[in-house]
Order: sequence, then C-alpha cells, then structure tokens
Amino acid sequence: MLEIKELKARIGDKEILKGINLTIRAGEVHALMGPNGSGKSTLAQALAGREEYEVTGGEVTYEGKNLLDLAPEDRACEGIFLAFQYPVEIPGVSTLYFLKAAMNAMNKYHGRSALDAMDFLALAKKKMSDLNMDQSLLHRSVNEGFSGGEKKKNEIFQMAMLDPKLAILDETDSGLDIDALRIVADGVNRLRDPARAILVVTHYQRLLEYIVPDRVHVLSDGRIVKSGGKELALELEKRGYSWVKEQAGDTSPAVS
Amino acid sequence: MKTSDDELQSIVEKQEYKWGFVTDIESDRAPKGLNEEIVRFISAKKEEPEWLLEWRLKAYRHWLTLEEPKWPMLKYGPIDYQDAYYYAAPKEKLASMDEVDPELIETFNKLGIPLEEQKALAGVAVDAVFDSVSVATTFREKLHEDGVIFCPFSEAVKDHPDLVRKYLGSVVPYSDNFFAALNSAVFTDGSFCFIPKGVRCPMELSTYFRINEANTGQFERTLIVAEEGSHVSYLEGCTAPMRDENQLHAAVVELVALDDAEIKYSTIQNWYPGNKEGVGGIYNFVTKRGACRGRNSKISWTQVETGSAITWKYPSCILQGDNSVGEFYSVALTNNYQQADTGTKMIHIGKNTKSTIVSKGISAGRGQNSYRGLVQIMKGATNSRNFSQCDSMLIGNDCGAHTFPYIDVRNPSSQVEHEASTTKIGEDQIFYCHSRGIALEDAVNMIVNGFCKEVFRELPMEFAVEAQKLLAVSLEGSVG
Repeated sequence: MLEIKELKARIGDKEILKGINLTIRAGEVHALMGPNGSGKSTLAQALAGREEYEVTGGEVTYEGKNLLDLAPEDRACEGIFLAFQYPVEIPGVSTLYFLKAAMNAMNKYHGRSALDAMDFLALAKKKMSDLNMDQSLLHRSVNEGFSGGEKKKNEIFQMAMLDPKLAILDETDSGLDIDALRIVADGVNRLRDPARAILVVTHYQRLLEYIVPDRVHVLSDGRIVKSGGKELALELEKRGYSWVKEQAGDTSPAVS
Repeated sequence: MKTSDDELQSIVEKQEYKWGFVTDIESDRAPKGLNEEIVRFISAKKEEPEWLLEWRLKAYRHWLTLEEPKWPMLKYGPIDYQDAYYYAAPKEKLASMDEVDPELIETFNKLGIPLEEQKALAGVAVDAVFDSVSVATTFREKLHEDGVIFCPFSEAVKDHPDLVRKYLGSVVPYSDNFFAALNSAVFTDGSFCFIPKGVRCPMELSTYFRINEANTGQFERTLIVAEEGSHVSYLEGCTAPMRDENQLHAAVVELVALDDAEIKYSTIQNWYPGNKEGVGGIYNFVTKRGACRGRNSKISWTQVETGSAITWKYPSCILQGDNSVGEFYSVALTNNYQQADTGTKMIHIGKNTKSTIVSKGISAGRGQNSYRGLVQIMKGATNSRNFSQCDSMLIGNDCGAHTFPYIDVRNPSSQVEHEASTTKIGEDQIFYCHSRGIALEDAVNMIVNGFCKEVFRELPMEFAVEAQKLLAVSLEGSVG
C-alpha cells in the first residue's frame, strides 16, 4: 500500500529525514519508534503533506500513485489519515460540522453524493458510543477546551468516521492516562482490517501492549536503523535507545 | 508558510462584487454642490413644514463651523463636499406599489429583495430606499392593523409630524458631530418605525438602501421609537454599483426605547468596497445611537460590515433607565485596501445597567481594521456591569488590526471586564483541515465563520445564513 524509498526531508536548513525506506502492506500494523528528535513526527507529517517539511529526495508510492504529487487535502481524500500529536483547536466550529465538511469534501472528491444529515448524525453517535466517548463532544468546538485525553480521543473518533485506508497515529499515546490509553487503543484495534494499514508512531513501548504491531521499526537520526517483529519493542524497552544507536554505529548523544 | 499565505490571499481576491450593476433610470437631481439653497431645495421637494426646514438650516450652519474628525485610524484624500449631488430621485412620482417603475422592481429583485408582497420573504416587511427616496414599503397595511407605523421618513413627517418632531434629533442632536450635522442638513429619506405600547411587532422590519446615481451622496435618516413594553426587530441592508469615484454615505440612526421596550437592530452592510487596488468604493460615515430611556429597556445592535472602502461607525447605547441593557455584536471585515474604524459607546447612567460588547475584526489583504470603543459608567450607575470582548483575526501578512478601548468608570460598585485577542489564521488550523480532506477555501471560510459565530447567532435566522455567505464571498481571494 505504501512504499517509501530513500525519503529525505528538511525543515528550513535542518535535514531531519536522511533516507527512509519503509514498506507497509494492507492489513498490517507497523510501529515506528525512536528517541525524541529522531524524525518520527516529521515522517508522519511529511506523509500527510505538511508544507513546512520540504521533501528533498526519495519517493513515496501510495496505492500505485506518487504520493508526493498530491496536495495534502487530496491525500486525505485518497484515504490517508493523520492523528495529530497536538490536535488543533478551531473555535466556533463544532466537531460535528467539521466532520461533515470533511466527509462531504471526500464524497465530492470521489464524485459521490453528499451525506444525508440524519444518517450522518446516526453514524457519528454510533461511533461515539463504540468508542465509549461522551456525545456532548460532538457539539463542542473542535478541540477547544478539550483535555489532552479528549483531544486524542477526538482524533480516534474522526479516524473511525473517515474510515481511512492508511492511518498514521503520531504519538497518540502521549499524555494519556491508562483509561484513555485503553479507549484509544481499543478504537485503533477496531479499525484493524485486512484492507487497512496502520502506522503507529510512539516513543514508548506501552501503547504496543494494547496495539500489537506486526512490525516494529526504530528510527534514529533520520534513518530506520533496525526493524523486527513485536518483540523488538520489548527489547528496546529493556535496553533503551542507546543500544540501537550503538548497533547502528551512531555515536552522537541522544537528543532529549 | 509562504504558499499558504499567498494562497490565502488569492482566495480573498478572486471574488467580484456581485451587486455592482447600475440601473438605467431617469432621475431628478438637485444642482451639484452644497449651500443653503440646496437645503431649501431638498426641504421643498419633500414638502416639509417650516420647523423642519429651520432645523435643517440650523444644522447646515452648524456644520459649516465643524471640521471632519481626524482622530480615526483612516487614511483617505480630502472629500470635496461641493463636488456631489445631494438629492437624486427616480423621476416618476409614485402613488402606489402598482405604479413603481418595473425597472426599479427588477433592480430590487436582482438584489434579492422582492417588493411584491406575495413574493417577499414571509414575515419581513421591507422599505426600499433608492438613492434619495423610498420607492416602496411592503406590508404596511398588515402592520397597521397592530398599530405599527413603518413608512418612509418623508411620509412620517407629513402623516405623523408630532411623533417626528418629538423624537428627531433627541438621541443624535444635529450638533453631535461633523457627519451628523451634514446628515441633519441634507437627509433625504430613510425609515420611520413606531411600535405602540405593549405591541410585539409581528414581522421583522427592514430597510434596503441602494445607491445608484453617480456622484451622489446618500444621507438617510432612520428613527425607531418603541413605546412601553413593545418589541421590534429591524434589519438594514445596503449595496451600491461599482464606480471608480468614491461616494459618500452619511446616515443617522436614532433609536428610542421606553420602559420595558426592546429594539434589536441588525445591519448587513455591503456597500461597494472598491476594487483590488483600492480604487472607488463607498465612504461610510454613520452615526447610530440608541437611548434606553425607560426602565428595563433593551437595545441590541448587531452589525456585519463587509463592504465600503471606509467605515466609520460606532452604534452606541445610552443606558439611562434603571436596569436597562445595551448590546453590541459586530463583525467587521476589511479586505484589499478597505479600512474600518468601528466600535461602540456604552454610556451607563441608570442603576443596574448592563452592557455587552462582542467585536470580531477580520483583516485580509491590505485591510486595516480598528475597534474603538468607550465604556463609561457614570456616578449614579450603581451596580452596573460591562463585559467587552474584542477579537481580531489576521489573514496574510500585509493587513492590520488595532484596538482602542476607552474605559471611564466613576462608580465604585460597578464592574467592567475587557478581553482582547489577536490571532493569525494559523498554518496549523489549515493543515489540520487539509488533513481531513478540506480544501483551503472551505477551510478558511469555516475558520472565519467559527470566529464570528457569537455574532452571527444574534442575527435573525434568515439573515444569519446570508451573512455567512457574504463573509465567504468577501473573503474569497484573501487567503494566501
């Protein structure tokens, strides 16, 4: 579904991604781990099309298309979803309205007719209760005044509504208490599907106890330095990131 | 960053002003220029009583002693008051609706304001003012059944002279300011509304102002009186053709609310804003003031200001009656080279008076947007309260937002709160929308409409939708 070859990207003058190679097939869940500053979030945002991250080399093929040619909103319409590490507030715009605009944009992109308002509301309510989330959130402004946990849950709710082919979760576990973490993980697990691929970006192994990945990759200084099965996450937890760095021959100190 | 700012800009620029057509109609005009003869000419045209002519002349003589205010944050070349026509009216004199020139009916149809009652928006009575005269007022008969008077100002002078004489200039005296004095001397038409004691006006009242003639100014006068326990909701809308010359619009609006009365006054101002380079557009210098004379009275101003090259207006409330309430909700948008210096004055005189100010300024292109407001709590205004919130949103890098709040509290038991914020429409917000499939233009509209929501929800429902669309149109091309 997704094939990344030698992807390089920078912010301003700073090169962050120094040649990423990664292939994700439909039905797979991949975990991307790594110390702070290794480039995890940059990769997630670059895939979603954030313009500040300038791609300087390499290629990304998604469903046979050159992903880098697509505008960010078209990537979303093609089925890529990014759950933000820091979800953005939009005052005065209700979550319900926001999602409806999103779904209608996607319907329009695919030449489908707009969603019936009642069907949409029924779907939203169902997804909310599936995720064990408070329905009042639908009528509140997007992320405004939400707690950290509510924001992350809102991302998972949006993901469930938009039904992406490729879901990228950017440190969705950060700042969550154990109950919220379970709800989030449960929401992701519900979306596991032979037709869908999921990329979980995380700093800690904790989330992977709930979302068990098929593959684990370790990112260090802009490169994937180690890949393996789910046991790699456990090993990392025991040995720390310095172990991978030593193996990779990277002697620079970990950035915290 | 860069892409998005340019793109944002391009969204706002793309849209043409849709109301910019000219109606080809023969008109009767006063000679060019301004002097006592012109004042007499206008008064004679309107067949006015002597007292009103005298009042106009006093205003004119006072105006001669005044100077244009220099304190607003507005830049414009000198206005030549002699180089304009102060009276222009479609030639045919009309006796009834059936005789309205079809050209005029068509004009208002094009503007979305059908003047035939059967086609009109249910529940809204309209007074249509074209240049210097009112051409039609719908639903007058129906309103009359409830004792509500809604008619052109010039007719009110003839048919209800005592009411006009009692209230005209009682809220905004002719000596109030430069533009109010000018208006008092040369005002031509406008609307008069009178809601008798205990009546809840059964329909929305509205006036649609249209400037058509070139080189004319429009000087309308609106007077709304709500007697004890009455209630009225009034809305005004305005458009003008696209012309390269600037045209002057200097209106005066006076509201009077007696005991337990409530007036809700909404404006959707969409005068021609000038083109992308800042050529042409209306100079909008307006004095609007409401007097809450009675106990428990309430006046609420809601304005959506998207048009005009220059906007200078401060709809205000004098909270004289005990427990009276004043409100001001405003959205002002300046795009391209538009400038707005707008806000309100809340003068607390009575005890337990309350006021709320919510101002949303949006600047795009090279637009400059200033909020200027005064909250004054007088000595006797025990336990009065004010809450003000002024938010500014910037779109792009070449625009400006300014806030000038003046607070004057002379009573120790009163409370005044002021909150202000300035935000730039964020890359983060836009990228967030993009990541959900929402394209730039829709994202900006959504974010801006969300920003204005607190004001839009104060508008009558039919107009809230219009206001949102108008905002979207006025913004197109601004996002970049």
